[in-house]
Amino acid sequence: MQNDSSLLEVRNLHTHFFTKSGVVKAVDGVDFSVKPGETLGIVGESGSGKSITALSILGLIPSPPGRIVDGEVLFKGDNLLKKSPKEMRSIRGKEIAMVFQDPMTSLNPVLTVEKQMVETILTHEKLTRKQAFARALELLDLVGIPDAKNRIHNYPHEFSGGMRQRVMIAIALSCNPSLLIADEPTTALDVTIQAQILELFKKMQKELDMAIVMITHDLGVVAEVCDRVMVMYAGKPAEYTETTKLFDNGKHPYTLGLMHSIPKITEKRQKLEAITGMPPDLRSLPIGCSFAPRCKYAMESCLESDPLLKNVADGHAVRCFLHDDAFSKEESFNETIIGSEKS
Amino acid sequence: MRPLLEVKNLKKHFPIKGTSLFSRNKEMVKAVDGISFSIKHGETLGLVGESGCGKSTAGRSILKLTEPTEGQLIYKGEDITTFRGERMRKLRKEMQLIFQDPYASLNPRKTIEQIITEPMKIFEIEKATRTEKLNRLLDVVGLSSYHKSRYPHEFSGGQRQRIGIARSLALNPELVICDEPVSALDVSIQAQVINLLEELQEEFKLTYLFIAHDLSVIHHISDRVAVMYLGELVEIGDAVEVYESPKHPYTQALLSAVPKANPHQEKERIILKGDLPSPANPPKGCKFHTRCPFAEAICRSEKPNMKQVSLSGQMAACHFAKEVMN
Repeated sequence: MQNDSSLLEVRNLHTHFFTKSGVVKAVDGVDFSVKPGETLGIVGESGSGKSITALSILGLIPSPPGRIVDGEVLFKGDNLLKKSPKEMRSIRGKEIAMVFQDPMTSLNPVLTVEKQMVETILTHEKLTRKQAFARALELLDLVGIPDAKNRIHNYPHEFSGGMRQRVMIAIALSCNPSLLIADEPTTALDVTIQAQILELFKKMQKELDMAIVMITHDLGVVAEVCDRVMVMYAGKPAEYTETTKLFDNGKHPYTLGLMHSIPKITEKRQKLEAITGMPPDLRSLPIGCSFAPRCKYAMESCLESDPLLKNVADGHAVRCFLHDDAFSKEESFNETIIGSEKS
Repeated sequence: MRPLLEVKNLKKHFPIKGTSLFSRNKEMVKAVDGISFSIKHGETLGLVGESGCGKSTAGRSILKLTEPTEGQLIYKGEDITTFRGERMRKLRKEMQLIFQDPYASLNPRKTIEQIITEPMKIFEIEKATRTEKLNRLLDVVGLSSYHKSRYPHEFSGGQRQRIGIARSLALNPELVICDEPVSALDVSIQAQVINLLEELQEEFKLTYLFIAHDLSVIHHISDRVAVMYLGELVEIGDAVEVYESPKHPYTQALLSAVPKANPHQEKERIILKGDLPSPANPPKGCKFHTRCPFAEAICRSEKPNMKQVSLSGQMAACHFAKEVMN
């Protein structure tokens, strides 16, 4: 899925952590691209490597123990992995902005919102302090903080969770980034506040024409805001396609398992179809497909070799032997569940 | 039939520490401010609300882990509000709690065997019975007997939650209060634990008070649902009915706010303005009026009472909900 017009292109990214107890392959071969103005969702459970993918793009992998061992991150055609820390600092916050899950720990508790906002703006833009202040006020208004004129002098703890996330978004937007990376931006918020923030993301994206990489574990959020989506499992992409295609015609057994295991608000079912077993230990991944031990369609080939991400239709890639034409579909389906729930 | 548990006008107020050491008029946070409901044998009542609405405090007050400020708790027809000491301790056998955080709720220095058998030791159950029960419990929650001698840190979040569930079932309780039992778990593991809780309910004829903020989970597991806002119930009724035709504007907004895993669905979303007001200083009149899209003068001055809004007994506390008598 390569495209000359993409804003961000991640190719064959491998980020490993070298710990005392072994090499943790947190991200192990991820490819995706983001076009200007679109929203790409990265979905997965904890430990699937979605946050590490984001941190790798931003050059924020704690090193040691982490290291990007292979791959390219092309942003507007430039490989970010080749940049010096100084060059990265001028890109982060200006060209690529980020919003994290927990607004309390990502804001500085001992500085007022004004200080934090003006500092960001002055770092990246040639403005006077007064102009920067005016810009900060304007942004707070934009993200819907009531009474911004007075509130700008408050400290983070004086804001509620939802308001703090709005402040974070205002800071992220302060230099008109062309790409916003949002890592679980609504996970810590209540549903009614989550709805407000998701609306805000959509509105901001329209007004500022920026691309968003939305990292989440919630398929509902994906359906709501994303154009395209990549499902990750154990550091690798499982499925990568348009959002509507994923929900209408999801193919990877893990994607389907996720969808079936979520209770739905619109219908009441007798029993949830849970995925059996647990995610694998990233230090000792199974030899074949890392999902095979939990997969109810696992075949012998799945335990022997790891499938590749292959296009099954236009703009729909799946990493599964079931959908790989090179493997005959006749191969005996082993319907018995290999991993047992009691493991 | 007589309900298993009746809660009448339950209140739990916490004093806020005064700014001065000698200040006398203490302000109160009204965490739970007069809630009433009942739970029948074998049913699951879902208690749902946003953070800070008092749902966990309600659960703890029912078990009298924090002494209720006011109100009545009637368990199997007996008023247990004033029970103390030994009498309450005996009753605790029948009421158990499953906690949210599977990491914090298990003692890291004890083995799984010690953790699960501890409640039985406290109630002086014989050793042989304890061991037998332990093996059975491990089996029903889906753990193996070789797990017995291991410590909590050797288990994943989902497995720890299974251990917590086994412990809460050790004394054959009738009522189990589940306080956000799956919210710390990943979705694929969450479904396993929800299924387990449902199987156990059937097998041991358990009655659940299921506290959660996740509306989809509540919908799936509950027979009846109670919605809380700022310490009060705003709506209660049959789960399917409440979800299909919510009568209180807060329930409507809450349900419409849940992102649906369907990109084609028409989204008619009610976006609530503002944040949850502080429970230390709740709005007068209807507590929801500051965020309600339909609020009128009466909502600001007068507190609405719970009234019946459907023939099957759905209740809502809103001035503008149509009353239905049968």
